Amino acid sequence: MGFPHKSHPKETVVLSQYFGDADARTLKGWTKRGGYEALAQALKMDPVAVTDVVKESGLRGRGGAGFPTGLKWSFMPKEKKRPHYLCVNADESEPGTFKDREIMRWTPHALLEGTAIAAHAIRAEVAYIYIRGEFTEPWTIMERALAEANAAGVFGTIKIHLHRGAGAYICGEETALMNSIEGKRGNPRIKPPFPAAAGLFGLPTTINNVETLAAVPHIIKRGAAWYKGMCLSNPKSTGTKLFSVCGHVQRPGNYEVTMGFPLKDLLYDMCGGPPAGRTLKACIPGGSSVPILTREETEQTLLDYEGCVAAGSMLGSGGVIVFDDSADMVYQIMRLARFYAHESCAQCTQCREGTAWTTKIMERILAGQGKTTDLDLLLDLSENMTGKTICVLSDSCAAPIVSGIKKFRGEFEAYLAGKRQPVMVG
Amino acid sequence: MTVQEDYQPVFSGTVMEELQTVLGRYPTKQAALLPTLWIAQREHGWISDRIMAEVAEVLGLTPAYVKGVVTFYTMYHQHPVGKNFVQVCTTSPCNICGAEDVLKALLAQTGAGDAGATSPDGKWTIVEVECLGACGFATPILVNDDFVENVTPDKVADIVKKYR
Repeated sequence: MGFPHKSHPKETVVLSQYFGDADARTLKGWTKRGGYEALAQALKMDPVAVTDVVKESGLRGRGGAGFPTGLKWSFMPKEKKRPHYLCVNADESEPGTFKDREIMRWTPHALLEGTAIAAHAIRAEVAYIYIRGEFTEPWTIMERALAEANAAGVFGTIKIHLHRGAGAYICGEETALMNSIEGKRGNPRIKPPFPAAAGLFGLPTTINNVETLAAVPHIIKRGAAWYKGMCLSNPKSTGTKLFSVCGHVQRPGNYEVTMGFPLKDLLYDMCGGPPAGRTLKACIPGGSSVPILTREETEQTLLDYEGCVAAGSMLGSGGVIVFDDSADMVYQIMRLARFYAHESCAQCTQCREGTAWTTKIMERILAGQGKTTDLDLLLDLSENMTGKTICVLSDSCAAPIVSGIKKFRGEFEAYLAGKRQPVMVG
Repeated sequence: MTVQEDYQPVFSGTVMEELQTVLGRYPTKQAALLPTLWIAQREHGWISDRIMAEVAEVLGLTPAYVKGVVTFYTMYHQHPVGKNFVQVCTTSPCNICGAEDVLKALLAQTGAGDAGATSPDGKWTIVEVECLGACGFATPILVNDDFVENVTPDKVADIVKKYR
């Protein structure tokens, strides 16, 4: 667990080793702890060899999609004819997720080192780290670390810049992020072309999540076999993952476990379970965009990409939101719908209209003015919001609606039948 | 609504030098738009039409283009705000931990009254925002640039006192 708590014995501490250790934030402190040795090693290697080590390690993207990192890097043009860019996604905004914030707050040099190694691997001369506008503290820490590393000439010819967002969840979508760096509205782009062909400023670009890049120096230094060996279940999910646990648990925070770790142990043993006298009702394992799990499903879930899918959800960003029996699922699902309605970039009709109407219908159900046909209407809307838009924000709004109605239908019906005190939504 | 505005050009002297450094990070002037708007907001307090016109001028863009970008991002203030601008997260993970009570306490104790409104003394504007990315530290609030974690209604009085 991150500061101010000590690690739990069941954690596998790799990325979080120096969380809470302020000395590790400085260049001197980081170097003393073996920092930047991996970068020096990588810079002596051929970029293809660096990519191969990461491929071999099995590392997959930690931002949500879980795409193999080494494979993504290998999509960059073999023959370099034009400038290449690296974008680092530090726009962490997925409700339930707060791991990248912790990495930047405590180990800024880990991210900078991973960024420089990735830039070398994809032969990019410039990397932009896109930090969400609200992350004022991580920004200050990153800025200081970058200035210190630059003054010491740590990155050689690689230039790393910080770019501050300004309040838009959608900019965490890779092409929206690129538009935002270009000084545009953060509208996602139609793919193809994919970023490796035409990304930032129309040039070959790779984009990686903070946690993904923070893992890279460890892989270079300790080897692909070591990383691959950290696996408790499916061999396609390797290494460690930070899980941000929030909501109704006694000890919320970031916990780092080996892929395939049981969700039940994370919630009960490490986080202390729900507050005294309450019982677990539901859990969203991978940030608000993935389907909700019931208690029974939660207690059987293994935390890796395949395990979460087998349980009927997704690993996503690893933002674990816990609801106990005091939570009003209808109200909370309305809040999630409202989140997506607020954050829709409004380019696609299905998303702009779908997220807004979903929220309005949810609000009228809560106000006791719902119609018996409203649940079918919500499901119909959700179907039209899934797989039909430029990006997956619309699908993300549909996920909690569909899984919520399916698994907690009784709570919705209680409002429809007037058996529950109406909630006037402000 | 017409707003009284004491407008002085922002981009001159040291601020202009700062802008030059920012421009050096990007291959196009347009790409410097977000950081330029951040500088403008820091200097002027909010992004008025005049500020947008000035930003457009220094970056070689049209005011309409700049406005299109400003209105996309929620953190650029399109009207003046109180001395203390407070963002309260009320998205689900914080919501189930009592974020709406924190919001109510802030609105009542600062005299702002309604979310988005500014208190009569001009000191406080409280807004409800979606996920601040600190869900394990519910409820997080952002007071200007200060990130405050684990806020509960009983801690609001001290926060109000500190920033008043």
